[in-house]
Amino acid sequence: MTGKAKYAIVQGEDELASIGIVIGAAWNGARAFTATSGPGISLMQEFIGLSYFAEIPAVIMNVQRAGPSTGMPTRTQQCDILVCAYASHGDTKHVLLFPEDPAEAFEFAATAFDLAERLQTTIFVMLDLDIGMNHRLSRPLKWDDARQYDRGKVMTAEMLEEGREFGRYLDVDGDGIPYRTYPGTHPTKGSFFTRGTSRDRYARYSEEGSVYADNMQRLVRKFETAQDMVPRPLQANARKPTKYGVIYFGSTAPAMDEAIELLQARGHELDRLRIRAFPFHSSVASFIADHDFVYVVEQNRDAQLRSLIVNENGIDPVRLVPILHYDGTPITARFIANAIGDHQDQLKLTPLRKVVS
Amino acid sequence: MTYIAKPKFHHPGLPKNDLGYTHRDYEGKISTLCAGCGHDSITASIIEACYELSIEPHRVAKISGIGCSSKTPDYFLGNSHGFNSVHGRMPSVLTGANLANRDLIYLGVSGDGDSASIGFGQFAHSIRRGVNMTYIVENNGVYGLTKGQFSATADRGSKSKKGVMNTDNAIDLVAIALQLGATFVARSFSGDKSQLVPLISAAIEHKGAAFIDVISPCIAFNNHAGSTKSFDYVREHNDAVNRLDVITGRDPITVDYAPGTVQMVEQHDGTRLALRKIDADYDAHDRLAAMTFLQRHAAKGQIVTGLLYIDPDADDLHTHLNTVDAPLNTLQTGELCPGSAALDKINASLR
Repeated sequence: MTGKAKYAIVQGEDELASIGIVIGAAWNGARAFTATSGPGISLMQEFIGLSYFAEIPAVIMNVQRAGPSTGMPTRTQQCDILVCAYASHGDTKHVLLFPEDPAEAFEFAATAFDLAERLQTTIFVMLDLDIGMNHRLSRPLKWDDARQYDRGKVMTAEMLEEGREFGRYLDVDGDGIPYRTYPGTHPTKGSFFTRGTSRDRYARYSEEGSVYADNMQRLVRKFETAQDMVPRPLQANARKPTKYGVIYFGSTAPAMDEAIELLQARGHELDRLRIRAFPFHSSVASFIADHDFVYVVEQNRDAQLRSLIVNENGIDPVRLVPILHYDGTPITARFIANAIGDHQDQLKLTPLRKVVS
Repeated sequence: MTYIAKPKFHHPGLPKNDLGYTHRDYEGKISTLCAGCGHDSITASIIEACYELSIEPHRVAKISGIGCSSKTPDYFLGNSHGFNSVHGRMPSVLTGANLANRDLIYLGVSGDGDSASIGFGQFAHSIRRGVNMTYIVENNGVYGLTKGQFSATADRGSKSKKGVMNTDNAIDLVAIALQLGATFVARSFSGDKSQLVPLISAAIEHKGAAFIDVISPCIAFNNHAGSTKSFDYVREHNDAVNRLDVITGRDPITVDYAPGTVQMVEQHDGTRLALRKIDADYDAHDRLAAMTFLQRHAAKGQIVTGLLYIDPDADDLHTHLNTVDAPLNTLQTGELCPGSAALDKINASLR
């Protein structure tokens, strides 16, 4: 033990510096993250776009609070879904993870670093104030000692020496993920110029339309690859077959579990799906296809996750019924059970002729 | 043009440095800046300094922001990794990169718009933290990529090419760097290679935040009468306080200095700087005196150049953070992950 630190903590002067330091460190081959909330996400937009386009890993822990602007800074919401999913100018899409509680937040934090290096892009861990600041009863945190960090596709001096072809933005494996080199790897091979401007597969500056489009299409392929890498949704079916489902995510989970029991007591059966990441796994679309109506429970005003599902999966919005709680307090089982229960009661109105007869 | 391949062919008799590299090995792509741009002279000086110091090109990380100056890392050290980041944010990217691998040399290239306007905060904080880097500002007083609007370093009363008078006060980055605790502060002129090359060499050898403000006339938008950053103006008002020779441990001392005219300064890594004083009153070890000297001469319209301040015993951010000697980017799961036993203790502490 030398007593020396195997890590570095810098208190950035602002959010721009924090994300800049993260991106600089990750570009140079170290794992790095920053933690912030909505206003910080707004400030970091330009760098997040750079991370997406120049393909540099970054992990951002976003402890969501009630916005917009300073909003209710000590109150909880899930209101940064869209600003994170499509962060920065231009066409972008980012990976979001939605842990349900501190134990899953711990697990997803480790996963986020693996994904960031594997996918070479920004990964958001979407926390909220309910998880991030309130006292919670949590199952013990778990770590598998056999687990190794996934450092992603990094071309080493040995690989370059063997004569492996290196193109920083070359899709050698068909998964949209290119190899990168760390600075200082080899005296004559593998260096490249990182930039936010358009460039070809060998990192050479280019404003040719076809070169730009080729790269943008590869980024789409990479995002499709991400679909099967991120944590999958968890489904729990009702006791008997039902035409109704509910989608929820994040800190809503414990209230949802309790609400299911309250709804059962009112005679309503629902299958439920807890989404744990964006991009959405194919099981999200099939879950919606399997039900007549699906409730989407969220802690924001504008049904942001519902919008994301509609937009990304081409779902008819009518089939997704928003259940929205956004007064800044954590969502409750009673709220969910009442909102869904009332809607179910309306759907299940006894036909008039039955009442009369 | 960056898309035109530069021929690798060169004369077999080109001189080589200690590593067996020629000048050509330190070059990059062909510059796309205007012919005659001061920035290209700075590029040439960086190439010269790295050649003379026998630095392995791939052990340098070149990081820049946005602007004419920030394009230049593509034009030198073609075997180094470069990072053209976002406007005004070179310092934070460089700070993160430096923390990830302390073994590389970090060269931050910025401009006056990049460092004195949008990136003024990041410039300040990277210097405050003592990041081990060579921070070069290629200072032309204008936004050359967008038709020559004044930048924040343009002197009050100077005239734009269109004849507009600048009414805002100028930011002197050298004065600010001194105040913020930079441990190596210099100013030079792109047209004075004999002064600039040793300053860059000394800055690279310096451990800590080394800042060099290089006045670099914009031949397209800031080289006319009425400008205070034109070639003619800078040549007339340049007041060099000293001249520098850099003597690395590898070099034999071949120059004979007349006694009393030279002050030897030894840096952390054993490099010796021979400071030939031009201004007898100037002491490059006195921060306070440097600040006063600078302000007094600025009031007279003089541009003070040379090595203005050096703390040869400086330390850097890694020292402050007490990081391990191995670069952080070489540490793997075994070294970084405390494992389930450590986690169990945390779990127990929360029960």
